Amino acid sequence: MTDRDVLAPETGSAAVVAEASSAVHVTATATGLIPAWRSRLVPPILVFFGFVGLWYGYARFVLDENGRKTALAYPHTVLTTFFGGGPEGEQPWQLLSALWLTFVVALVGLLIAIVLGTLFAVLMSQAQWVETSFYPYAVLLQTVPILALVPLIGLLFGFGMGARILVCVIISLFPIITNTLFGLKSADRAQHELFTLHRAGRLTRLIKLQFPAALPAIFTGFQISAGLSVIGAIVGGFFFGRGPRDLGNRILLYSNRLRPAEMIAAVILSALLGVVFFQFFGWAGNRLTRSWYKGER
Amino acid sequence: MEALSFERVGKIFPDGTEALRDVTFAVEPGEFVTVVGPSGCGKSTLLRIASGLDDQTSGSCQVDRSNIGYVFQDATLLPWRSVKRNVELFAELHRVDSAERARSVAAAIELVGLSGFEDHYPAQLSGGMRMRASLARSLVMQPPVFLFDEPFGALDEITRERLNEETLRLFAHEGFAGLFITHSISEAVFMSTRVHVMSARPGRIVASYDIPFDYPRNPDLRFEVAFAELSGEVSHALRGAHR
Repeated sequence: MTDRDVLAPETGSAAVVAEASSAVHVTATATGLIPAWRSRLVPPILVFFGFVGLWYGYARFVLDENGRKTALAYPHTVLTTFFGGGPEGEQPWQLLSALWLTFVVALVGLLIAIVLGTLFAVLMSQAQWVETSFYPYAVLLQTVPILALVPLIGLLFGFGMGARILVCVIISLFPIITNTLFGLKSADRAQHELFTLHRAGRLTRLIKLQFPAALPAIFTGFQISAGLSVIGAIVGGFFFGRGPRDLGNRILLYSNRLRPAEMIAAVILSALLGVVFFQFFGWAGNRLTRSWYKGER
Repeated sequence: MEALSFERVGKIFPDGTEALRDVTFAVEPGEFVTVVGPSGCGKSTLLRIASGLDDQTSGSCQVDRSNIGYVFQDATLLPWRSVKRNVELFAELHRVDSAERARSVAAAIELVGLSGFEDHYPAQLSGGMRMRASLARSLVMQPPVFLFDEPFGALDEITRERLNEETLRLFAHEGFAGLFITHSISEAVFMSTRVHVMSARPGRIVASYDIPFDYPRNPDLRFEVAFAELSGEVSHALRGAHR
């Protein structure tokens, strides 16, 4: 799949294409918009209700029948947990403050990973020896089981916010490095030769050619890492089991106290946070590079 | 004094492929010279040597490389830049000051007939328009030597003929020394003051023709008897070279 496929806005954007005759064609007209949205929204909503139905069924006829009250959580009890009406009177601010902490950890970790990852990728693209020396360790960063690493990080750096941010950086660094490096190398030979013919220096080439050419790939990396960073924040809080009470920490707590409704609520919040992170970078990348492929109108 | 000259130029690639052998010819200011030959005969290598992108392995090539226009087979526009910003690129790389740059960019866009499309992105343009933008990008620097590497090979015939005529108009207007590469005989004869026929690999000049028609050349020239006869001779030489 090419970058063009990845980045093309799926529906609803009117693309203006000029032909040699300067005739203008407008595609994806307004009339096509509403049915397109409907066909994209209805199926997932149906799946959602199907899932909720199965959940009720399982809770009522399997868990409830067998008297496994401790594991019992109906969708509506999870929902009321968000508003402070959980079976054990959990306050809504507890989940929200946990969400806030996880958000901060994931965001700061991601931003550090973006700065470090982009910097490393640029250095690797400029000097082969940097790539040869450091790339194996970037791979190692990705392949080492993060679950095994987390307790070690806690031991070495404590269980505070800093250590959690470190987990996020470790987990989200690799996709940024590889995608950015791939992007920086993606300008084709003829484009490079234009710059060679006009005796452009290394920095000019980087800024005016390699970096803009890399933008789609760079944002793909950011997007992948954004999702991972949230996972890193959850995993850090969960395995530390102490320190600031973020979502991961809460999930562990509810799990230990056999409070499934709150636990599920926390899991849903962390998943939603991941979606928001992921979508934001998809949207930002799309905005930046849209005109290359479709035009700005 | 030639603007560009090849003296017994030869090129053998590291893998042992011999691309060019003993190529000798010159292009004077105000001349439009075309090298016509079968694909893979080393024509493009000749331009790469002239521009300094490649080195010859024997012989010598004389040209002032400080300002050469080079139009590639593809338009090679940067997709993240609008037409105007693409046309501006070389002037930008040579640090031409912005007032002067804006003036010459506007003039070049006007000259290739892209006025009104300054803010369009390459993806919004047809193949012919992209080529025009590519031409304008080189025109901005007003190079005394212009290299064309089969620039219109990928276009349909109608667009191609129109761009042939417009390139000649630019040639008359700018007075550069042109070196054009093509595998189309009629394109070669229509455009040039002189046509060199190149053999299949290793590329050698096997025949040369002066094209006597006056500029500006009328599109209908393509259907005149004298044009057909010259094309026939070039075609004959090409077939001989191909054996």
